[in-house]
Amino acid sequence: MPPVYRGTFGKPQAERLLWRAGFGPRPGEAERLARLGLDGAVRSLTRPGRERLKGPRPHDDRGHALAPLDKWGHDQLWWLDRMVRTTRPLHERMTLVWHDWFATSRDGVGPARLMLNQNRLFRRQGLGSFHTLLKNVTRDPAMLLWLSGVDNEKGSPNENYARELMELFTLGANRGAYTERDVREQARALTGWRYSWNDDLGPVRFRYDKRRHDTGMKRVFGHRGRFDWEDSVRLCVHHRLHPSFFVGKLWSYFIPVAPKPATKRALQQLYVRSGYQIRPVVEAILRHPTLYNGPRMVKSPVLYTAGLLRGLGRGIDTDAWTWLGSLAGQQLFYPPNVAGWDDSRWLDTATFRARWEIAGYAIRPRVLKDDAKHVPAHADKLVARALALLGDPTLTAQTEKALMRFAKRSLADADAGWKKRQYPPLIENALRQLLASAPDLQTC
Amino acid sequence: MASCHHCDEFSRISFLRRGAAEAGRGLPAIEPGMPQPAGTGLDRRSFVAGAFGLALSVYGLGKLGLFEEGIAQAASGPAQPVLVSVFLPGGADSLSMLYPALDPTYHKLRPTLALPESAGPAFSEDSRLHWHPSLQPLATLHAEGKVSVLPAVGYTHPDQSHFTSRHFWEVGATNARLASGWMGRYLDHHGVKDNPLQGLSLDYQLQPSLASLKVPVASLAAPDEYTFGAPGVWGEVEHRMLQTLAPLGAHRPDPFLNQAAKTTAQSDRLRRQLAPFAADSDHGYGSPVAYPEVNDSFPRQLSGLAAMLAAKLPLRCVAITAPGEYDTHSDQPQALADGLDVTARSLLAFQRDLEARGLADRVLTLVWSEFGRRGEENGSGTDHGAAGTAFLIGKRARGKMVGEFPGLTSGLDNDGNLRPTSDFRGVYCSLLEQWLGADASAVIPGARSFSRPKLVS
Repeated sequence: MPPVYRGTFGKPQAERLLWRAGFGPRPGEAERLARLGLDGAVRSLTRPGRERLKGPRPHDDRGHALAPLDKWGHDQLWWLDRMVRTTRPLHERMTLVWHDWFATSRDGVGPARLMLNQNRLFRRQGLGSFHTLLKNVTRDPAMLLWLSGVDNEKGSPNENYARELMELFTLGANRGAYTERDVREQARALTGWRYSWNDDLGPVRFRYDKRRHDTGMKRVFGHRGRFDWEDSVRLCVHHRLHPSFFVGKLWSYFIPVAPKPATKRALQQLYVRSGYQIRPVVEAILRHPTLYNGPRMVKSPVLYTAGLLRGLGRGIDTDAWTWLGSLAGQQLFYPPNVAGWDDSRWLDTATFRARWEIAGYAIRPRVLKDDAKHVPAHADKLVARALALLGDPTLTAQTEKALMRFAKRSLADADAGWKKRQYPPLIENALRQLLASAPDLQTC
Repeated sequence: MASCHHCDEFSRISFLRRGAAEAGRGLPAIEPGMPQPAGTGLDRRSFVAGAFGLALSVYGLGKLGLFEEGIAQAASGPAQPVLVSVFLPGGADSLSMLYPALDPTYHKLRPTLALPESAGPAFSEDSRLHWHPSLQPLATLHAEGKVSVLPAVGYTHPDQSHFTSRHFWEVGATNARLASGWMGRYLDHHGVKDNPLQGLSLDYQLQPSLASLKVPVASLAAPDEYTFGAPGVWGEVEHRMLQTLAPLGAHRPDPFLNQAAKTTAQSDRLRRQLAPFAADSDHGYGSPVAYPEVNDSFPRQLSGLAAMLAAKLPLRCVAITAPGEYDTHSDQPQALADGLDVTARSLLAFQRDLEARGLADRVLTLVWSEFGRRGEENGSGTDHGAAGTAFLIGKRARGKMVGEFPGLTSGLDNDGNLRPTSDFRGVYCSLLEQWLGADASAVIPGARSFSRPKLVS
């Protein structure tokens, strides 16, 4: 078995777990989770009760209910709302993992209906069997459109899906796992899918049509047979180099440094012995010492946004998150390409400013007016109040010191009566902004 | 599937631009409904910073420090050549930008779209061709020897996907997997570690051609929009808040926490560099020439760019997207004329601005599109093609055509698309070697195999 974390499991550890395996804590949630201990905490995430959506119902800027199928951007708001309100954060997080792993963009698909169906598939099967998930992804209409599965027919095979199936989904490039010939032969095995066009709905009736399938002999990874799409998927999952690819890629979503060889071997064994189940591998990763002792991770823009809203106890009440998300470099349902988002490039001067804007938009409804009463003129109290508003995140000493110094100096600037009255609420507002955009909250 | 299932991208991008424009306004320093604070030093002060020719407005005394700091940081170091890349998104129609007015094949292929001979000015370097009427401003610059025309630029085995072909141009290779942009790689070799402005994406997101692997680059839609406001914070407290970015951005032991801190520090540095422009948001950029007044940010971005160069900000490579939508599958005449009109008038104003400010020797502008369009029209528009048209603009541009117009008889490939007579990778090699003074082989994969047109005089 892979090693298990044996250190203290207190609030900071529970906080980290909630960020890595979900979308951050609600107020008090990290303390509650810490009381369960590591095993109980992990189980509460991987085996939660029935899903409930807690908190205010989502609406757009005009107060209208979300219309994810019809209104532009509402698909993204709809999903963000689930991230913010779900009581099954790991399931939602895995949905996001699969959205990146099987990165499908609405740019190449069209109707939101097909994207949301795919999204439901990820949510329903995100912790089950990878083999089953992959089968359902292979015949998923959004994927069939996105990677040309419906253009792949007997006589004129299209290699798009076959290549990514092996390169990005199951085996990895440049590992000697497959050849260009395997790509061509897999494309033949995958032939047969088609759909119809409906002037109102667009693409409909996705189906397997035997007449479009190439029934001839194929040779894949050295095996010969009259393979079809299910064989194609099975051959990939049973490939000797699949478990190492799967484990390495899954790990990277939770921990930013590669696992040691022994850990990786143990995780591969766990994966194969469980019959290609996802949940046991995720559980082992969430219990691994490196998750708690290792370095922090940069939050993706979506994680950052959803986490701020969870900490604030705020629901979706504005459309702004759609364009703010794209400014910050992550627009749900529009990954940049089939390889998904590049999480080494989340932070630059433009996306940092976008995150600053996100922080400002998140705290904006709670802004204090400069005539606000009962705002203490004490630096430590002001910092504590700002922390409390954002759900009491654990801070590094360096950040806390910078905030304290800011508060003290600003209070000292108040050299006139009106300043002494107005500055404390201004300082409080500024502390919230600084805190929400500090490096501590950009990472987890 | 429809012939262009990625074309939705263009409407989506316009939506994002609208959204982003909202963001660009930034958070107001004062919430609506909040009383104007008296005596807080927020009175607007406008004055002219003579040395830089900038009309400046500065809020509060606190900001004066930042203003001086920004200029001081910027003004150090010798002036270096600047390359500006202007992208015409969607695949602009080469056979309209420079059209073979009297070629009977042109009229046969384009029964409804063909432009009459009298519509646009003659192109002096090839009697077969005329400029699109909206490109008159470029014809003017061409007559002054400041425009090199590439009438059919592309690459062999053309890819007709917007994404793929644009990607090839951006990375400087026909390699779908290359992750860094060609200008980004140039900066990786010749840039520095602490100047994000060296690679400037005048956009809400990084233009991929600037994506670097080692050195920082910046993106901002306009220099006056790189501001950091916060709701309910103003005056001295705002000033102190922004000063806190520096300690928050100081080194951290954890590598990823440090990455976030480093980005904070870089953003803070960029903010200081641009502080004079942020303070100037309600005014022009002190431009000595008039830019087109249109409902598009492009002319304003170019005038901001000229002002940044005049303020000696350390820019090297700049990338920007031109106004207009060039993916003209339908309704081509109006869409193309409108887009080219704003683009060309703005580029002319930019050139005149640089000349008036004495910067014309330092700047070359490359205008390009991911491909041209099909020779044969589809009724009211044209589908994706192969070779496209590019322009190199600037006082130091050689002003001579690069490659010839291949004609419509033997010049079309099996798909009915224009064949290239120059290769974009050769153009990049020339720009790197002749303009930026760099070793092209370190930047462009397979550089040795491309012939270098003479581009710079």
